[in-house]
Amino acid sequence: MMSSSINRFLLAFALLFSTVAGAFAQEHTAEGGHEAHAEEKKGFKVGDMITHHISDDKGWEFAHGLTLPLPVILYTADRGVEVFSSSRLAHGEVYNGYKLEHGHVHRVDEAGKPVEDIHVSDFSISKNVASLLISALILFFVFTSIAKSYTVNKGKAPKGLQSFLEPIVMFVRDEIAKPNLGPKYEKYLPYLLTLFFFILVNNLLGLLPGGANLTGNIAVTMVLAVITFFVTNFSGNKHYWMHLVKPTGVPVALLPIMIPVEIVGLFMKPLSLMIRLFANITAGHIIILALLSLIFIAGQASAGTGYGVSLIVVPFTLFMNLIELLVAFLQAFIFTLLTSMYIGSAIEDHHEADHGIGYEGPGEEIG
Amino acid sequence: MDLLTPDIGLLVWQVVIFGLLFFLLSKFAWGPIASSLKERENSIQGALDLAEKTRGEMAKLKSENEQILAQARIERDTILRGAKETADRVIAEARDKAVAEGQRMLEQARDAMQNERQALVASMKKDVVNLSIEVAEKVLRRELADKASQEKLVQDLVASSRLN
Repeated sequence: MMSSSINRFLLAFALLFSTVAGAFAQEHTAEGGHEAHAEEKKGFKVGDMITHHISDDKGWEFAHGLTLPLPVILYTADRGVEVFSSSRLAHGEVYNGYKLEHGHVHRVDEAGKPVEDIHVSDFSISKNVASLLISALILFFVFTSIAKSYTVNKGKAPKGLQSFLEPIVMFVRDEIAKPNLGPKYEKYLPYLLTLFFFILVNNLLGLLPGGANLTGNIAVTMVLAVITFFVTNFSGNKHYWMHLVKPTGVPVALLPIMIPVEIVGLFMKPLSLMIRLFANITAGHIIILALLSLIFIAGQASAGTGYGVSLIVVPFTLFMNLIELLVAFLQAFIFTLLTSMYIGSAIEDHHEADHGIGYEGPGEEIG
Repeated sequence: MDLLTPDIGLLVWQVVIFGLLFFLLSKFAWGPIASSLKERENSIQGALDLAEKTRGEMAKLKSENEQILAQARIERDTILRGAKETADRVIAEARDKAVAEGQRMLEQARDAMQNERQALVASMKKDVVNLSIEVAEKVLRRELADKASQEKLVQDLVASSRLN
């Protein structure tokens, strides 16, 4: 139901904008060749549009001209912490000696020249941070209410939201945690559940029109991957570290090669987690945006072409949206699965040689 | 390459918020949910185990019942057989006894009848003799009332004895 409303919205969105773009194009051609040419070049830059949509932003832009200002929080060594609305920096305006350029806030002097020697630390509640807060609130309220209904409905069958989410919780527990972590799974289950639902909810929120591309942001996936890295290595047992220093069944002559490989592997695991989630989500957004851009590009040629192209593009975008919906679940699953595999390989009691099980799991190929 | 450069602000917020979320959810959500799920699973498993156990007991009880029934049937059969034998024996004995008794009674009756008849015959004989004598006496008295008839008789007697 959610996806159909998203797509309906996208359809309306695409159709609306194709008309606007078409009208603009027509207007400019009427004005005269020279100007129109320049305007067309400036009029629609696909790359900029896509970058703008998948990047973080100071304000939350829902539609053109409809921007929710968010607080900008800056720290500089000389002035300390400063908080002001993001609307003050909109359209390249200078406020209080700060200027927003390419998504970064710089200190500028009176002449508008950037001051290089002052480093501005930016802790703004950006679009992504706001989305992060919203998702955290959603997760907190949804799951605490479910936890409450477990005590209220004690000894009864689950109902409502509880019965919707229970199979997913059970799936994470029975299909992800238990097979990979063995009997000690309970210790890691809270982390895996938080991870799974955090990624899932943010993937889904990112699919909403106007939503922030949070899980497609490298900082977010990096934090998640680094946490997994720490959890894995802090729970690593003797076998795990011994395997790193002296892999079982490897001839001594190969050790100078194998040990660096193992050590690189140690860091490759979180790195692959980080890049996989980031790339999958960002790529999905780029594809959808690029597809919709086709309409506007065609619309620049003539309005009719724009309409014609939209007939092909819109169903395809709809299809891509459904794929994205699948990817949202899939990537949450893969991230959690691989995390549990990595932790599992670190806490596993090796009674026999590890034949790569839980080290380079089958999930590695997916996505 | 802005996309691939992690933004320090978001990074810090992500660490803080995700950490907080993890802490809060672990404390208020995952703990109660996981324990409730486990509890429910245990109770379901317990119920299943109990059902299995009850079924086993039922089967045991049933087999015991069947055993008891079979035993009872055998017992009943032996009792019946015994009773029949006893009855047959009693009947046979009774019949034998009855036959013997009948025989004896018949014998007795026959004896009694024999005696009666003999007595009857004897008394009849006596009666007939007495009657004959009386009749003879009366006839004789009438026949020999006059002289002529007495003579005739003597003559007849003589005549008949002559013939011998």
